[in-house]
Order: sequence, then C-alpha cells, then structure tokens
Amino acid sequence: MTGTWHLFRLALRRDRIVLPLWTILLGLFPGLVASSFASLYPDPAELAKFAASMSNPSLTAVYGPIWAPNLGGMTAWRSSIILLIVALATAFTVIRHTRAEEEQGRRELLGSTVVGRQAGLAAALLIALLASTIVGGLTALGTAAAGAGGTGSVALGLQYFLACLLFGAIAAVVAQLTQGARTARWISGAVLIGSFLLRMLGDAGGDLNSPLSWISPIGFLQRIRPFAAERWWVAGVVVLVVALLAAVAYRLNAVRDLDAGLIASRPGPARASRALLSPLGLAWRLQRSTLFGWLIGYAVLGVFLGSATDAAVDAVKDSPDLGDVIGRLGGGASIADMVIAAGLAIMGIGAAGQGVQAALRARSEESALRAEPVLAAAVGRTRWVGGHLLFAFFGPALGLLVAGLFLGIGYGSASGEGGGAIGRVTGAAAVQVPAVWFTVAIVVLLFGLLPRLTSLGWAVLAFFLLLGQLGAILQLSQWALDLSPFSHLPALPGGDLTVTPLVWLVALAAALTAAGLAGFRRRDLASGG
Amino acid sequence: MENVISVNGLVKSFGRTRALDGLDLEVRRGEVHGFLGPNGAGKSTAIRVLLGLLKADGGTTTLFGGDPWRDAVSLHRRLAYVPGDVTLWPNLTGGEVIDLLGRLRGGLDTKRRDELVERFELDPRKKGRTYSKGNRQKVALIAALASDAELLVLDEPTSGLDPLMESVFQSCINDERGAGRTVLLSSHILAEAEALCDRVSIIRAGRTVESGTLAQLRHLTRTSIHAELAGEPNGIGALPGVHDLVVEGERVRFQVDNAELDTVLRALSTVGVRGLTSQPPTLEELFLRHYQKEEGPA
Repeated sequence: MTGTWHLFRLALRRDRIVLPLWTILLGLFPGLVASSFASLYPDPAELAKFAASMSNPSLTAVYGPIWAPNLGGMTAWRSSIILLIVALATAFTVIRHTRAEEEQGRRELLGSTVVGRQAGLAAALLIALLASTIVGGLTALGTAAAGAGGTGSVALGLQYFLACLLFGAIAAVVAQLTQGARTARWISGAVLIGSFLLRMLGDAGGDLNSPLSWISPIGFLQRIRPFAAERWWVAGVVVLVVALLAAVAYRLNAVRDLDAGLIASRPGPARASRALLSPLGLAWRLQRSTLFGWLIGYAVLGVFLGSATDAAVDAVKDSPDLGDVIGRLGGGASIADMVIAAGLAIMGIGAAGQGVQAALRARSEESALRAEPVLAAAVGRTRWVGGHLLFAFFGPALGLLVAGLFLGIGYGSASGEGGGAIGRVTGAAAVQVPAVWFTVAIVVLLFGLLPRLTSLGWAVLAFFLLLGQLGAILQLSQWALDLSPFSHLPALPGGDLTVTPLVWLVALAAALTAAGLAGFRRRDLASGG
Repeated sequence: MENVISVNGLVKSFGRTRALDGLDLEVRRGEVHGFLGPNGAGKSTAIRVLLGLLKADGGTTTLFGGDPWRDAVSLHRRLAYVPGDVTLWPNLTGGEVIDLLGRLRGGLDTKRRDELVERFELDPRKKGRTYSKGNRQKVALIAALASDAELLVLDEPTSGLDPLMESVFQSCINDERGAGRTVLLSSHILAEAEALCDRVSIIRAGRTVESGTLAQLRHLTRTSIHAELAGEPNGIGALPGVHDLVVEGERVRFQVDNAELDTVLRALSTVGVRGLTSQPPTLEELFLRHYQKEEGPA
C-alpha cells in the first residue's frame, strides 16, 4: 500500500473539477427537494394528504415506498432517483481510477515507481469514500436544514453515503474482472439497473416486505426507512458487505497480473471479414455490443414496467381509500397511461444517454489517435464520423421502438388489452425520439466546434434529467423547465399528439448536427500529447 | 525530377506554441528521404499537416501537386501512413487491422501481406490490446508496406522494434526503393537514416536547418583522423581547418574540415605516415554540431 497517499492526491488533482461538481450538486438536491416541499405544503396535514394520494403502487414501483407521510419521508421518496445517480457516479469514479488507468498504461508507469500494487485500488476506494462522505453529509445537512428532523436526516444521509460506497465497492471488484474499463462500466451499470428492476418488481405488488425488494441492493438501502422508525441494523449489514467486497477486490488485485483480467482474452481471426472493411463496418464493430446491451435493457425494462403497471392499476382499483383519487384522474385506464408515460419519459432520458454515449465514441476514437490512421487513408471526415453518428441517432430510435414494443406487450398481455396496447404504447415511445435527437445534436455541435468540451454532453443530459424529474418539485418557472427538449413532448399515451414541437426539435437537431459536422471538417484533428 | 512533397515556409501554431516556424521540405519521386530531428522538433506535426489532419496556418504545402487539406481523400489513395504512436482497437486482431487499413486505402496485396506477416514474425490472431509497442508498430508497418501506395509516410516507425526487426525493416525499405516507391522516413535514430536515406532534412524547433544528400552534408563538416607519424607532428595544430588536436608522442588525433582535408594530408605526409585511419563524419556528429551551434548563443 506504499504510495497510496500520493496516488490519492494524484487522483484528487485529476478530479479536482468533476468530483466537487457532481458530489456537491447532487448532494444538495435532497435538501432542495425538502425545502421545496416545505414551501409547497407548509401545513403537515396537507402534506400527509398529498402523501396519501401519491401512495399508490404504481408510483411506489417507480420511486419506492413512502415510509412516512411527513416532510422527510416525502423528500426521501421523491429524490430516490438521485440515489441511483450518485451510486452510478461513484462506481464510474472507481473504475476511472483503477481499470481505466491500467488500460491506458498509466498504472504501469506508476507501478514501476515506489508504489505498492494495492496502492491504486486503495486510492480509488479513498476517493469513493470521500465522494460518499460529501454526498451523504450534504444530504443530511440539507434535509435537516429544511426542517425535516435530525435523526431521519442522519439516516437519509447514511443511506446516500452507503449507496455510493456500496456501488463503489462493487465497481472495485468488477474492475478486477475485466480487461477493459468499458466492460467494467457496463457490468456496474447492469448491476445497478438490475437492482432497480428487482426493487421495482418487489414494490409494485404493494407488499413492502417483498423478498425481491430485500435482495435488491437499492431496495435494501431504502429499507433503512429514514424518518420512520429507522432500521439502523440495515446500515450495519451494508457496511459489512462493503468491507467484504473491498476485501475481495484486494484479494483479486493481489493474485492477478498487471493488465490482465480474470476473464481472459482469446485469439481472434487472422483475416478481417468483408463486413469490417469500411468506416461503417468499423463503427458497427465498435458499437454493436453496446447497442445490443441497450436493446436488451429496453426489452427487459419494457416488459417489467408493462406488467408492473398493470399490477399497480389492480392494486389501486382494490383500494377503497384511493377511490376518489382514481375518480379524479379518470379511472384505471388513465392511471395506467400516466404510469406508462412516466416510464417512457425515463426511458427517453435513457435513450438520450445511449445517443450521447455513441456520439462520444467518435471523440474517444479521435483522442485515442485511432481516428488518425482511418482519416489518413482514403476516408473523408464526414464519412468517418457519420458511421458513429448513425449509431448515435438511430440506435436510440431503435431502442425506443423496442422499449415501446415490449412495454406494450408486457402491459397488453397482463391487462388483457392485448395487441391494441402495443401500437398505442410504441407510438408513445417514438414521440421521445425528437428530444433524444436534439440532445445528441448538442454533443455533435460540441464535437465539431469545441471538441475538448465534448464530454459536457453528459452534463447537458443530467441537466435535462434533473429538470424533468425535479424541476416541478423545485417550483422552477416555466421558461426554465422549457430548456429541456423533453418538456416540449406531448404527454403520450393518454394526451393529445401535438406535432409542431416535434417538427421544431427535429429541425433544430438537424441544424445543430450540420453545424457540428461543418466545424469538424474545418478543425484540426486531436494529436494527443 | 518532380517533387512528391514540397513544403515552403510552413507555419503551424497550437495556441501560443509555434510548432512549425517556416519549415521547408522537398521530397523527390523515388527517393528515401530522412526527416530528422530530436523529439519535439515538429516532425509529427509536419507529417500531420501533410496528411490533412491539421490545417496549416501559413506557407504552402503540396503533395502530389495537390492541396493536402482540400484534396485529402483523393491524395490518401496514393499514400500509406504509419503513425509514430500506433494505437490499435483493443478488440480487433492485428490481422483485422491490417486488412481494414489496407482496404480503406483502396486495396491490399494479400500475397505480400502474408509474406510480410511472416517476415516480421507477427501473430495476426492476437487482439489489439495484447500487443506490445513493437508489435503494434509491426501491424501498422505491414498494412503500409502491403499497400500499393506510391508514397510511404513513416513517422519514427522503428522506435519499438528490436535490432532483428530493425534489420528486416531496413531490407523492406530497400525493396521499396527498388520498386520505385517514395519514402518519407522521420527518425531520430541516425544510424537508420544513414543506412537508408538518399537525402535528409534536419529540422530543429519547427524550422529546417539543413537539407541535402549525406555527401553534401558531410562536405560541410569534418572528418576525424587518427594517424601514427614518423616524426614530431610540428605545426599541424596551426593549419587551417584542424580542430580538437590531441598529440601523444608521435600519435595524433584530430578533426579536420573536409574543405581542408587535402592540405592537411599533404602536411602529414611530409612528416611521414606509418598508419592512418580516417572516419567520415557520422550523421550523429553532424546533428550534434547543428544543435550545439544553434543552442550556444541562445
């Protein structure tokens, strides 16, 4: 472990902007949500009434259970999406400082100096601990400051702290298994999505002690029950699991060679197949496994969400307390539409993430100097980048169609509505596409004109996500909410289809893309160093 | 003879750093041209401008009579490039990369490809991430050599090769010369340039300081002489053009400007010569002199 402290400081130096940015911004969110609730519902009775109206299985499936109908309980419930984001961000941070470093060969350079072989891993875990502490601390302070109650705020902060730490530790183990940082990120992301799905399925039935929710890491963490007779032992269990995972990561790191994973790489073909021999063929080869990953994810999530929606509608129908709520909302069918629309809105953001990821691939190929030999051959710039942009624009479009199709199948078969649901839901999913394209086009514009800032695409996406998920709760004014392209989409299924905003979004996306491509044709290629 | 590459007063800046500051370069058809300079002199930047990957800020650059920026795609059909820092796609095998790059350039001689794979002892079934630096360079070299491009642009292509492979590389380049191909070979390994190049250009801090055949360049410099004389070497130190004279009894060691070689040898033979070795200046000395000279006053 010699040298851990130096590597920790080096990691801090590399992350001096990104780490404070995401930990502080995201850590402040629960507090902001709490103060917003406090001003919207100054009377606790009003808030409790609101909580009762929200406490239906469909929303429980999306956000998790409302443990307490008070300010703290509602805050914990409504900001649960932040819990997922901070967990993922910590996992990526750990991978960035372990496997990504090794893959780039920088570990080798450092490994030859007076640095122990565990130092890199130890430094990455220290960074994760730091990030978790900032996020958890700010969450606790923020909610307490908004008047949500001290004990519960501590429990909520602890929940955020442990979510970060747990997924950081999971990522540390995964980083030992694969040779590529990209695969490691995928596996960590899949663990997170899997645990979200488990929790969703468990909570959708209305049973708050469903075993599915208990075995889901996210569901488990939410069962700390902040603000409602806190179960502190849950936190204790998570600490033990984190310690165990860290020990496993150390052990794996100690027994393997530098640069090797436990999943070994096999020899491949000595000759290229004809399909590879073009810029598009190369892009297909580089992007296909990611595309398939997303498509499988959409299909699984679609079926889950579809059947969970129906389960939720049934549970609402059976609940006499919610009778008038259902009446106000226009019956079971429209509740189902609302839940599906909410699910599609989240999938739309996911699809935009897919598009941003595919577009950023062009930039990472360029910075890794792998675009250079291709562009030094008889390949024009537009043709090269076009191969990747095809995946950035049409990958998410395909994904949303798959999502809609499977959501429709899931809901249609569970509810008995059958084939009619498929067309309705798939159409509603397709409506997300223009907003996705607009988001991707921003990345293309950055890539062409401000290539060093291309990865800001993620920040733009996170901004749109937070505006959509929390903008209304934070009482932002309409013009601020309208900054997100997703706010202009018609609410489907159930609402009216308005075509004008869709046409505008597509036209703007086309203009931004054209400007980005023109910029790319005129600028210097990155020359590394 | 026509020029394949001609560069005049090329300027390229990155922010406030001036990477190329009036570079000149002429490469004639059919020659192996050494492009020499220490790390950071601007060799790779100049090559990237020639390939249309970077846009020049000033000066003129022509490649096959065309504009490397505007006509990039059509010009690239006629050349093959080996970057100084070869990075491969982690999931593609070496064989796949060779075929891909060859195809993107417009075609690949598969028989030659297989010969070269054998000659360079490359395992084409390994994935990009598992190759060492030298093996990554072999992949890029084989892809370039197996193409039927008129011009090979090689940016420090041997910096990761072992001496055995270095000699394979040299014999390949001699074959290319025989086949009438033009080669631009950037290098800081002088022995390699001496062994291969018809003409060289030496650059420093983004500017060409010397250009010509090795013979022409040698003319501007000094030969080292070790001689064993029959008597005392009186007065040799006073002759024009003699430098760094060391006298040990009847043995002398010195360097002499090539222009004065004749006079000095006559002076030696009047004393009487028992043994003599003379060494032409190596590129190394030429190089060092240029750099020392220009760094001195600054």
